[in-house]
Amino acid sequence: MSEANEGMDVGYVAHLARIDLTSEETALFQGQLNQVLQYVEQLNELDVEGVEPMAHAIPVYNVLRKDELGLSLDHADVVANAPSSSDGHIRVPKIIDQ
Amino acid sequence: MADLHKLTISELTEQLASGTCTSVDIVNDVLASIDATDGKVGAYLTIDREDALAQAKAADEARAAGSQLPMLGIPVAIKDLLNVKGQPCTCSSKILEGYIAPYDATVIAKLREAGAVLLGRVNMDEFAMGSSTENAALGKTSNPWNLDHVPGGSSGGSAACVAADEAIASLGSDTGGSIRQPAAFCGCVGVKPTYGRVSRYGLTAFASSLDQIGPLTKTVKDSAILLEVLCGHDKMDSSSIEMDVPAFAKNLSNGTSLAGMKLGLPKEYFVVGMDPEVEQSVRDAVEHCKSLGAEIIDVSLPNAKYAIAVYYIIATAEASANLARFDGIRYGMRIDGKDPIELYGKTRAAGFGSEVKRRIILGTYVLSSGYYDAYYLRAQKVRTLIRDDFTEAFKQCDAILSPVTPTPAYKLGEKSDDPLKMYLDDILTTPINLAGNCALSLPCGFASNGMPIGLQIIGDAFQEETILKVGHAFEQTTEWHKKRPSL
Repeated sequence: MSEANEGMDVGYVAHLARIDLTSEETALFQGQLNQVLQYVEQLNELDVEGVEPMAHAIPVYNVLRKDELGLSLDHADVVANAPSSSDGHIRVPKIIDQ
Repeated sequence: MADLHKLTISELTEQLASGTCTSVDIVNDVLASIDATDGKVGAYLTIDREDALAQAKAADEARAAGSQLPMLGIPVAIKDLLNVKGQPCTCSSKILEGYIAPYDATVIAKLREAGAVLLGRVNMDEFAMGSSTENAALGKTSNPWNLDHVPGGSSGGSAACVAADEAIASLGSDTGGSIRQPAAFCGCVGVKPTYGRVSRYGLTAFASSLDQIGPLTKTVKDSAILLEVLCGHDKMDSSSIEMDVPAFAKNLSNGTSLAGMKLGLPKEYFVVGMDPEVEQSVRDAVEHCKSLGAEIIDVSLPNAKYAIAVYYIIATAEASANLARFDGIRYGMRIDGKDPIELYGKTRAAGFGSEVKRRIILGTYVLSSGYYDAYYLRAQKVRTLIRDDFTEAFKQCDAILSPVTPTPAYKLGEKSDDPLKMYLDDILTTPINLAGNCALSLPCGFASNGMPIGLQIIGDAFQEETILKVGHAFEQTTEWHKKRPSL
């Protein structure tokens, strides 16, 4: 965790997370999150060599079910939730500029 | 008011069965109680008056036709992160303003099938991220025992409405203590079921490997009744387990003996910095269990002290992925931009509160290239060590007793500027979510300032019956759960 000591670049990570922060927020979170990262450094005290990582709590893997027809969400209800829509479609900003 | 709002599920079910009251009477009484006190408590975000009375009327008709469903005619409040078809589901976030749920969560469908009356939606920390319900964009909730104090969180509204007799019971969700801690702060009963017991379909996901839905009630017996309704395999949640649901309520004997029961006391759970009144109340509760015939043995959970560090890596990592869906495209708020990237950034900046932003950023960081092994992978390995501690402990005992929180409820504003300080309060509850087993919180005393204190009864995976039995025996032989706040 040696990299962690340098702290994270909050502005850059916020960009990766697609959250535009104000400069005040960036400064505030920088301090607060570096404090949290310092706190989690204590995990380095432990020897975890050979320990299996645990992704979830129950021994259930690759759950499959039959591919059967069933009821889907009502199309109109779903589209009604979109902030912008027309003719039963969700409107989004242009992605390819052509 | 006929004071029906002050009664429990089991008491009201008896009255309904004998015909001394109707569900419409109960709902009217609860609505009157909300009108009288929720201006101070602030538990509710939305109340469905007409709809609740219509459901109550239907329940009364069903009973007249012979139905004896387990929750028939009982009004229940819902934490605002569970989808109820046709209703808002804000998660106390501005980003979900205007969203109307197009389907019922599985637990909501189960409540309907069991005859319950859905009363309204209660406040919480935004996306269940918080321990005080102060991270709520759409309302402010107080502790019914002292309005200057926090109700706990994130299921703060769920606990406050039950404690204030503004609902007979409620649903909450628990990712790191979010049912048990507010239950302890507000003096009610809350259960975090074993991971996989209750379907998470329709629960707005925070940390998918930790989240569980559970009941908040006035008594352990009521929690048993409600839990039985909520549990069961669901094909819509592949992490819900295919296992029979025990008859929790029926199997709860009226006996108060704990003879033959071994209860473990983890020395690591009585940490430096624990409030002396909390420690004393819990130690008195342990003595009480001993007097009921339980054998008390020392157990060790040496890695529990790492739980906060592990939790705030794993929970934020999962949250950063889960909350990626709130991007202003398909539902909720949208702030337009010249391209999708700008739209996402502006929408998420305006829609999320500070704590949610902090956690998404932290989670994004611990999963990012170059840091994944150092943080996320290491945390997953320590999670295994924490789980193994419980596995060892449960070889020696049937259940574990501990405090729920290091302190009773604190004042509003006291910790809201210091995220790490707030996180550290979850030290006694997060290990159970990481390990995936079950735990119950119930009242076991009061601090000298009048705030409730909770006892945590921790069970092995799928041993809800054991913790309900211990809790019920404790409750039958103590008076703590009968005390109500004066509002």
